[in-house]
Amino acid sequence: MGRRIHLYSKFERFWHWSQALLIITMGVTGFEIHGAYHLVGFKAAVDFHTTAAWALIALWIFAIFWHLTTGAWKQYVPTREKLLSVAKFYAVGVFRGKPHPYERTTHRKLNPLQRLAYLAFKLVMAPMLWITGLLYMFYNEWPAWGLAAYLDLATVALVHVTGAILIATFLVVHVYMGTLGATPWEHFKSMLTGWEEVHSRDDGAEPSA
Amino acid sequence: MGGLPTVASDVTSSTADHTKFKDLQRTFASGPEVTRACLGCHTEAAKHLMRTQHWRWEFDNKLTGQKLGKRHVVNSFCGATASNDSYCTACHVGYGWKDLRKEHQGEDNVDCLICHDTTATYRKGEGAAGMPDATSVANLTEIARKVGKTQRHNCGNCHFHGGGANGAKHGDLDNSLITPSFYLDVHMDDMGLNFACSRCHGSAAHQVQGSRYATTARDTHGIDAPGRDDGNHATCESCHGAVPHQNRKLNHHTDRVACQTCHIPEFARGSVPTKTLWDWSTAGRLDGDGKPYSTVDPRGYEVYTSKKGTFDWGRNVTPEYRWYNGRIRYTLVTDRLDDTRQPVPINAIEGGPSDPDARIWPFKVMLGKQVYDTQRKTLLVNHIAGKGDPTAFWNGFDWATSLRVGTEYAGQPFSGQWGFVETTMLWPITHMVAPKDKALACDACHSRDGRLKDLSGFHMPGRDYNRFLEWLGFLLVGGALFGVLGHAAARAILAVRRRKGGGHGA
Repeated sequence: MGRRIHLYSKFERFWHWSQALLIITMGVTGFEIHGAYHLVGFKAAVDFHTTAAWALIALWIFAIFWHLTTGAWKQYVPTREKLLSVAKFYAVGVFRGKPHPYERTTHRKLNPLQRLAYLAFKLVMAPMLWITGLLYMFYNEWPAWGLAAYLDLATVALVHVTGAILIATFLVVHVYMGTLGATPWEHFKSMLTGWEEVHSRDDGAEPSA
Repeated sequence: MGGLPTVASDVTSSTADHTKFKDLQRTFASGPEVTRACLGCHTEAAKHLMRTQHWRWEFDNKLTGQKLGKRHVVNSFCGATASNDSYCTACHVGYGWKDLRKEHQGEDNVDCLICHDTTATYRKGEGAAGMPDATSVANLTEIARKVGKTQRHNCGNCHFHGGGANGAKHGDLDNSLITPSFYLDVHMDDMGLNFACSRCHGSAAHQVQGSRYATTARDTHGIDAPGRDDGNHATCESCHGAVPHQNRKLNHHTDRVACQTCHIPEFARGSVPTKTLWDWSTAGRLDGDGKPYSTVDPRGYEVYTSKKGTFDWGRNVTPEYRWYNGRIRYTLVTDRLDDTRQPVPINAIEGGPSDPDARIWPFKVMLGKQVYDTQRKTLLVNHIAGKGDPTAFWNGFDWATSLRVGTEYAGQPFSGQWGFVETTMLWPITHMVAPKDKALACDACHSRDGRLKDLSGFHMPGRDYNRFLEWLGFLLVGGALFGVLGHAAARAILAVRRRKGGGHGA
């Protein structure tokens, strides 16, 4: 049997799930505003999208503060250690029932692939969206802010939609990766409870082939 | 009614009761006689009036340098006024203007009653150069004592009936506005605010504000108040300001979208149809007995008359939208047409997305087929109307004669060769303001196939997208989905195979 370790604090779990809810809301309403489909109507979509945006900004402010004060930001520092073996695991090992090559601890709970993916999310995709999103939202202030000469709405919209597409792609893969625990729901469970069963190589849940 | 005096109470609240005026205790036999009595007290009124566009039928457009007004323009309805003077001036605010080539003179010739009759019985006679009809003359004595401030029916006498029939011309002006419901017009609702036309089209010295020849397409001046009035009270912003909504995002639209665009979702909303097409090329067909005839369609609308040609009509018409900065260039009879690119514009409007003075405005687009000189490439003055005059088209049905007479009268060069050219004429829509719950919803325009789908040159959320990015997004998200589903399937199959293939030690 494995040990149980406390991987995710209360705030971290609250942050994760409320962010998930807000991002999904923004995605669904955002692509409706984009004109991709008709669901709640343009006005309601804009209202939801805007409200969710402000909520997400508030959440991010708290999250950034939390990351800085707790030192949790270090979890995302990229590493090459075991990078290839983790990639190989998802490409080959997982089909053979091999255990995950990366051993998680409270201080290094993200494997090297996760670090890269989440860092890209935090440093590329999210800023892409919130910078262009705020510009979009304050389009009418551009002349007053002296931005009108440098920006045009079509470009801002293009970058915004590109960010949204990247996050949608991220979301698909992220949710699926969640099923790659010892059981398909194990990671989801630990993201809810905070506790995760850590399996050492010897007590692998699945026998090797 | 919110403390706003109604038209009726305006009249009774006046300090003067005209029925008690000594100078009006007499019998009147003609319009000018009444005017003389009016001018006895209102000594300057005629001088005011004779300086107005209503009198002169002339408008100097300072923005384009064009001389406009009914004396000079051609429209896509009856055409030009010249040679048809007495019929056209039936709607003039004067008496007896039979030759539009000359300025109309004589203070007694000002028609006070057409604007100030409160009995709604005063009418001008057809083809009578502005003189009242027989019934009105018989009632002049009574009508003269009951004068007052202008009401909707006064303006409507002429402005509702332009283009040859009730509602025909403008699309947003017809006699349904005499007693309109709240649905038809929130300001004119006779059970509500009950605005007269003059409530917005204010005047000083009889100069009425609000012009279609030079529209204030964007009033940046905002709410009018004494001391900071821009002299034009005929814009929505004059009362509502530039940020009239409680919703910030809606207010963000007012710099680029005219109020009318959302708040007048359709025109001709008062059950009266408006003419949308007038094809002169079919005019002049006669029946088996050589008599003119007319045809009515199943809706009861006149769709053909020998005198005028073929028509189409519309009710609850969706406007077309254009960038508009208030500058209009008319195609005058002196302007050369490019008949290789039809339809030719009768009035070309200016403005575009990069023009800060322009906003998106709703228009009635009037389609026409009009007579023109195929050699000289100009619109032609056509002699249409004239009592007992065989050279007038409506009597003789002969194009050659009526064009010869019309152009000669107007002093217009004419090659003798004529044909018909397709035309469009734009009529900005600004009346028949709907209740706010009937205003356009966001997705009327913010959608891929919305009302503004043909208006290019600016990015609009919900409408515009990058085709390349759409495909890229589809490939990325679709590819990711395909990838994870494949991965999942392989995992499942191999897990099952492992289990079956033994090795289930321990």
